[in-house]
Amino acid sequence: MKLKGAQIFFECLKKEGVEVVFGFPGGAVLDIYHEMAAHNIRHILVRHEQGAAHMADGYARASGRVGVCLVTSGPGATNTVTGIATAYMDSVPMVVFTGQVPTPLIGDDAFQEVDIMGITRPCTKHSYLVRDVKDLAPAIKEAFYLARTGRPGPILVDLPKDVIQAQTDFKYPKKVDLPGYRPTVEAHAGQVRKACELLAKAKSPVIFAGGGIIISEASEELTRFARLIQAPVTCSLLGLGGYPATTDSGDGQRRPDPLWLGMPGMHGAYQANMAISHADVIFAIGVRFDDRVTGKISTFAPKAKIVHVDIDPTSISKNVEVDVPIVGDCRNALEQCLEFFEKAPIEGISEARTPWLDQVARWKKDHPLTYCPSEELIKPQFVIEKLHEIAGRDAIITTEVGQHQMWTAQFYQFDRPRTLLTSGGLGTMGYGFPAAIGAQVAFPDKLVIDIAGDGSIQMNIQELCTAVCNNIPVKVVIINNTYLGLPRQWQELFYEKNYTGSCMEGSPDFVKLAEAYGAVGLRAERPEQVESVLRQGLAIQGPVFMEFMVATEENVYPIVPPGKSLTEMLLTQL
Amino acid sequence: MIVTNDKRYTIGILVQNVPGVLARIVGLFSGRGYNIETVTAAETNEKGLTRLTIVTSGDERVLSQIVKQLNKLVNVIKVFDFSETEFVDREMALIKVRAEQQTRAEVLRIVDIFRAKVVDVSPHFYTLEVTGNEGKLAAIVELLDQIGIAEIARTGKAALARSKK
Repeated sequence: MKLKGAQIFFECLKKEGVEVVFGFPGGAVLDIYHEMAAHNIRHILVRHEQGAAHMADGYARASGRVGVCLVTSGPGATNTVTGIATAYMDSVPMVVFTGQVPTPLIGDDAFQEVDIMGITRPCTKHSYLVRDVKDLAPAIKEAFYLARTGRPGPILVDLPKDVIQAQTDFKYPKKVDLPGYRPTVEAHAGQVRKACELLAKAKSPVIFAGGGIIISEASEELTRFARLIQAPVTCSLLGLGGYPATTDSGDGQRRPDPLWLGMPGMHGAYQANMAISHADVIFAIGVRFDDRVTGKISTFAPKAKIVHVDIDPTSISKNVEVDVPIVGDCRNALEQCLEFFEKAPIEGISEARTPWLDQVARWKKDHPLTYCPSEELIKPQFVIEKLHEIAGRDAIITTEVGQHQMWTAQFYQFDRPRTLLTSGGLGTMGYGFPAAIGAQVAFPDKLVIDIAGDGSIQMNIQELCTAVCNNIPVKVVIINNTYLGLPRQWQELFYEKNYTGSCMEGSPDFVKLAEAYGAVGLRAERPEQVESVLRQGLAIQGPVFMEFMVATEENVYPIVPPGKSLTEMLLTQL
Repeated sequence: MIVTNDKRYTIGILVQNVPGVLARIVGLFSGRGYNIETVTAAETNEKGLTRLTIVTSGDERVLSQIVKQLNKLVNVIKVFDFSETEFVDREMALIKVRAEQQTRAEVLRIVDIFRAKVVDVSPHFYTLEVTGNEGKLAAIVELLDQIGIAEIARTGKAALARSKK
């Protein structure tokens, strides 16, 4: 039977198990919208296409499934670019469908025409311009396959209007035909053995784990492995939750996990940066040694032999020279490592490791992550600690980008994978709120909270309407310091306190704004109001903005000044 | 003085001949700050496959990144890193050289020595076709330059690995 391109579109989505599409209509995709009612796929109408892309991203990061968004040609397509680049940097499986002008008009500067393939080529894993309706089903099949396999990433599929109007016989291909695409999943056994032998001899090993652990669903393996070889663990921003920050101490209380170091890098924990700098072996897995982690590259981990596991060969030896490269899926590599050490346990491991773990414990004790509490001013770190206390370890937290993001990474104790969704690589302000909406769509019954700043919440605040209209009960904690906090902090520390452009005075009344959108707005102005606002806000059934008027010039510490080594971090206000 | 370990490398790339594949490859080089000195691309005997030869420069780390990044492109079937294998390479140049009465004989002598061909003749110019490796082309260009080159069009290098003995 012949089907229209628009019908084939939905048949393919069903074959891929897609439940929800985040989108915004326009001329070029109206044939698809016309078909939508006949198919059992949920559509979330956004208020800006950037929001659609971040929602698909948040949905994907929270669930592990491929996020889907659908937008029209021209400005609809260009509005998704930041969302696509965000997903690309953080390896998020996503398929973005963009409308395109009819094929005979392509290249003629037609109304709402843009070369979106050309624009997004550097920030997509792959892309398709479907020129013939016969190619539509194979393109969609390949798009989903590419998005979720290997190192995941966003795929763009550009759909000219005449193609989705044309008809053809629908047959969903069983297999993809991609002779140039063969990601290495199985880690090389010989390399794994080399890595394990190195670890077996190590005196001061550190495990450095990243987003790859979350993507490959390897947190259990990672946790078992770290405990087996008694190596302390640090996780990159995207790896947080991959190893539990707290552990059940047997009395029903959760206490900091003894092997947990916290996040390393520019705003990393003291013990994490010190451990990396003194390690003799670093077992890096699913990370890419971002410059925000390494600090000055020439002095990074100066004493360490580095093992690096990643599914993407380009990540290996890109920024740091690696001694034992292992290309493969993180979970596969960890399974092999576990097998090695279960067969050949390190003798007397606990005694052998004592000096190193004692040293780590001393670092932790000497310079814990801390802040100066206040009875007069709300400290932003206090809000995040309280939030963690109330919302707990099952809540899904998203963040925007800035000081609040770093405080979240430092003070919210993430125990489980996929509970922190944050734009790490691209550092996209405006990510967290739509991402929270996407995550909430994936998990309607979970508590989903965006921790935001007063600056970044305004970058995609229009999506509050999406949340209200679709009954998506996300909570937003706005840490309002009336500044763009990180630029201000840098200006204070490195630019002679010249606060040009970083003051955010004149922002709207977020409580009234929430109410105007039909949501609930709450505000705390004093420390003693924090807990009650949080408890009240989190208990409400719909979307809520909770605004906290915090100390305006609080800084994120530690900070490794740009261009400095990890050991040169500033620990407190000078 | 900045000391660089930059070397020139020749890379062969076998790709699926689909729209946009050249843009992906060239875009990868420009986006990541790699050099392209020459690039050639044409279909192979296998339907749907195109072979490119790119000459680039950089240090070993850059070369290794280029090879890995190229391999990562979905439409790239195979990358040949010729820094690790013996290979043959050739380039063709069309050279329009001034050929007045007093220089014609000299041009033809050079043509003969370099086993070039005259492919077009006009009252004041010869257009020559010459094929060879980089050294040969550089040599003939240097000689003809003294006589007067009006225009030159070079294909850039095409390369293949030597067969195993």
